[in-house]
Amino acid sequence: MSRDVTNHKLSTLSSGSLVKLAGDVIGRLIQRNWKRLVLAVPLVWLLIFFIVPFVIVLKISLAEGMIARPPFTPLFEWAEDLSFTISITFESFRFLVTDDLYYSSYLNSLLLAGKSTIICLLIGYPMAYGIARSRSDIRGILLLMVVLPFWTSFLLRIYAWMGLLNKNGIINGALLSMGIIDEPLNMMFTEGAIYVGIVYSYLPFMILPLYATMEKLDESLNEAAADLGGKPFTVFYTVTLPLTLPGIVAGSLLVFIPATGEYVIPALLGNYDTLMIGRVLFDEFFSNRDWPVASAVAVALLAFLVVPIMMYQHFQAKDGERS
Amino acid sequence: MTEFKKPIVGDRPAFDSEAEPFIDIQGVGKKFGVFTAIDDISLKIYKGELFSLLGGSGCGKTTLLRILAGFEKPSKGRVIIDGIDVTDMPPYERPVNMMFQSYALFPHMTVEKNVAYGLRRDGVSKAETRERVADMLALVEMSDFAKRKPNQLSGGQKQRVALARSLVKRPKVLLLDEPLGALDKRLREHTQFELMNIQDKLGITFIVVTHDQEEAMTLSSRIAVMDKGNVIQVGTPSDIYESPETKFTAEFIGSINMFDCQVKESGRDHLVAHCGSLGQDFHLDWGVAVKEARQLWLAVRPEKIQITRQAKAGQGINELPAFIHDIAYMGTHTIYRIRLANGQILQATTPNLRRSSEGERNLTWEDAVFVSWDPSSMVVLMK
Amino acid sequence: MKKRSTFLLSVLVFGFAFLYVPILSLIFYSFNSSRLATIWGGFSVKWYGELFENDLIIDAALLSFRIAAVSATFSVILGVLAGLALSRFGRFRGRLAFTGMITAPLVMPEVITGLSLLLLFVSMEDLVGWPNGRGVTTITIAHITFSMAYVAVIVQSALSGMEENLEEAAMDLGGKPLRVLWDITLPLLTPAMLAGWLLSFTMSLDDLVIASFVSGPGSSTLPMVIFSKVKLGVTPDINALATLIILAVALGVICAGLIMRHQARQKYRL
Repeated sequence: MSRDVTNHKLSTLSSGSLVKLAGDVIGRLIQRNWKRLVLAVPLVWLLIFFIVPFVIVLKISLAEGMIARPPFTPLFEWAEDLSFTISITFESFRFLVTDDLYYSSYLNSLLLAGKSTIICLLIGYPMAYGIARSRSDIRGILLLMVVLPFWTSFLLRIYAWMGLLNKNGIINGALLSMGIIDEPLNMMFTEGAIYVGIVYSYLPFMILPLYATMEKLDESLNEAAADLGGKPFTVFYTVTLPLTLPGIVAGSLLVFIPATGEYVIPALLGNYDTLMIGRVLFDEFFSNRDWPVASAVAVALLAFLVVPIMMYQHFQAKDGERS
Repeated sequence: MTEFKKPIVGDRPAFDSEAEPFIDIQGVGKKFGVFTAIDDISLKIYKGELFSLLGGSGCGKTTLLRILAGFEKPSKGRVIIDGIDVTDMPPYERPVNMMFQSYALFPHMTVEKNVAYGLRRDGVSKAETRERVADMLALVEMSDFAKRKPNQLSGGQKQRVALARSLVKRPKVLLLDEPLGALDKRLREHTQFELMNIQDKLGITFIVVTHDQEEAMTLSSRIAVMDKGNVIQVGTPSDIYESPETKFTAEFIGSINMFDCQVKESGRDHLVAHCGSLGQDFHLDWGVAVKEARQLWLAVRPEKIQITRQAKAGQGINELPAFIHDIAYMGTHTIYRIRLANGQILQATTPNLRRSSEGERNLTWEDAVFVSWDPSSMVVLMK
Repeated sequence: MKKRSTFLLSVLVFGFAFLYVPILSLIFYSFNSSRLATIWGGFSVKWYGELFENDLIIDAALLSFRIAAVSATFSVILGVLAGLALSRFGRFRGRLAFTGMITAPLVMPEVITGLSLLLLFVSMEDLVGWPNGRGVTTITIAHITFSMAYVAVIVQSALSGMEENLEEAAMDLGGKPLRVLWDITLPLLTPAMLAGWLLSFTMSLDDLVIASFVSGPGSSTLPMVIFSKVKLGVTPDINALATLIILAVALGVICAGLIMRHQARQKYRL
């Protein structure tokens, strides 16, 4: 090939052939390196907009807060004599540990997310099972109905619950008019409302992976187990449950991880006593404008979530290999 | 379909040591990590042959085909096609086309576009492409389906399109991966003969991968029997069937009865071997270069065995007393499972020459019979 | 057996009621002429009229649509490249890290993504003078970053479901790798790209938290405007807006369903 090019170059040096030559060379370069290009573009994007930001968060969590713009001291500084100083302070993290607010809101978030995950599982599992066992012609429609709310605005769906749970909202109105209660129930701005919001928003994330594992489940397995003398509960416990475990793990992680850092739901449905870390971070950042502390909160939150996130990725990788 | 396979015209180049091989596979091996897919294979395939790679799953036949197509690079060895070393050539530059087991028709293109794809990539003009595609579709009798999409075709129709697509570029070699694997039995037989016809017409060298011994037997001019990444035996279908060299080949193709023997007498034109467990001598009327006392196997195909009620007068060579153990009526023939004195079960088949099931023999379970076969019918298996 | 299926049926009924009652209540009360949810003041479309006169909401909606369309398009491009790299390049060095980077944004809490991107933009502005302030550009970049992960996953699963030999067959017929990518792989990825685009579009349109972090003055997206309004309580014109969005989604889903059904029917018509 290269000999071709040289010959070509030597024989005719008209501008036209030079353009063609350049085109050839570029074409060949692309042909040879396109895989690297395909990989490089998303890689560079993720490095700049996903990895570097975390490094910066880490860096700022170690800086000192100050009233300025941006409101923190620079971490690295070039002094006049070109010597390089690094000023690190663990002040923000010390603050996190000493202030009860952070400790209790982390705990509260994990607890709330965990309980919501369990509720989602308790509702989602039989639902997914019911869908997987339904007639094949309505199965698609049922599945679509699970996905449909996901495509409508998350914010507006939470807002819908405000209308339902309000002191003079729809549920209270209905109960009052039926004479079941004498005065409106206090449902808004409670921890219960947060549970309702989280379960409502994340239920599809639980149902879909569960359905995916159940769909692959062979009905004859259950029949075989029953035929061999298993009572329905035993069959469920010894056959169905172990085989759907991957779906349970995936669904639970998909609910638990984002629920832990949830902001909108506690902000709209919760009261101020129910501290959730996402909201603390948001307020720390926007109201108090304390960037180093907000960063430290983020770093700590990430530290809490590293294990479940790794679990999820491990699971995804395994799933990818299988398919 | 009266036109049967013609023998390779004139001389059989595969047996002519002077002939130039068209495809020369030289010591090829392929490892995937620690797994050895192909150990060490050398094969010479000649122009115009319909050559089969036959073996069970995991024997390396598909890997070898993919090496020929250029999808895999061999870990060692060279591949030469028509005098050109193609070992390092990417698939899109090789003068070789492949018909995939799944057919791999492009689902978003019509039949016509599918067939035209290869020609367009070679820069063949639109007019010529149209003409050649039409010719090819006519050859495979798919002209009426030119505008259809692959998912509107039946399995047999897809197979024809795939064949047309891989032939339209007039490759030097056509590789076929289980070409009949996805078809039902009836269609298979029909397609088998059609494939041979087309190959005959175009004179392209075919290399077929198959796990189906019957398919290999009917299609091929020569067969390479493969096992565990190696070629065990290469030969014409009748070579492979009538003169297997190893136990593996003998058992893989058809059924065979084997006796564990020791050489008693080895001559230029005969061999006598003793089977200890039967206390019986077996006679061959041709010589094999073996030393006396060597352990080997003698084998005989089921259809070579004669079953008689009485011992044949005065001969007694290769004749054994036995009992009918089991009978399976197969329509065209009957399979008898016959129990010998040492408990060994022989398989024998006899054609059902008459319509009546009340044949002259009318053998039934536990009948005492004699089985015998001609000294020329036995084969010697060394390993 | 019978008992179990009535149990399943009642769970399904309860579950779907739970999912849909809030949405239906929104639609129902968007036509209520009374401002109070408890009182049915008669059928009226006046809140829709009020919605369309609210410049704040209309401007925010237009801005959100613009951001969503641009970020969805870029997400598809980047996501397709990433998906190709994940499922067609075999094992390359750093594949595990790359996979991790692709899937991490899927589960990352929004507050963290938002905060970290904001800090990046602030630092970049300090260092290189770009982006000059925050607004549409920074929101778009943020949305591309988390949406491309979703597209990559969709594309990867579409590629792994694609018949393996198609690309080999094209190469065998003389197509060079890039040509094969263009002729075979990309056309067959069209449904996945479309799904990815729609998903990215919806998620961008829906995002409140990340946009709040990285937006600047004068670039309030629709969710930001809605959020600031509903924090103060239930307002009927938001009901009307919600109804319109639900209607659009339902229409889209029905269309997609019809197209899929049409394709399926074509497939079995021999």
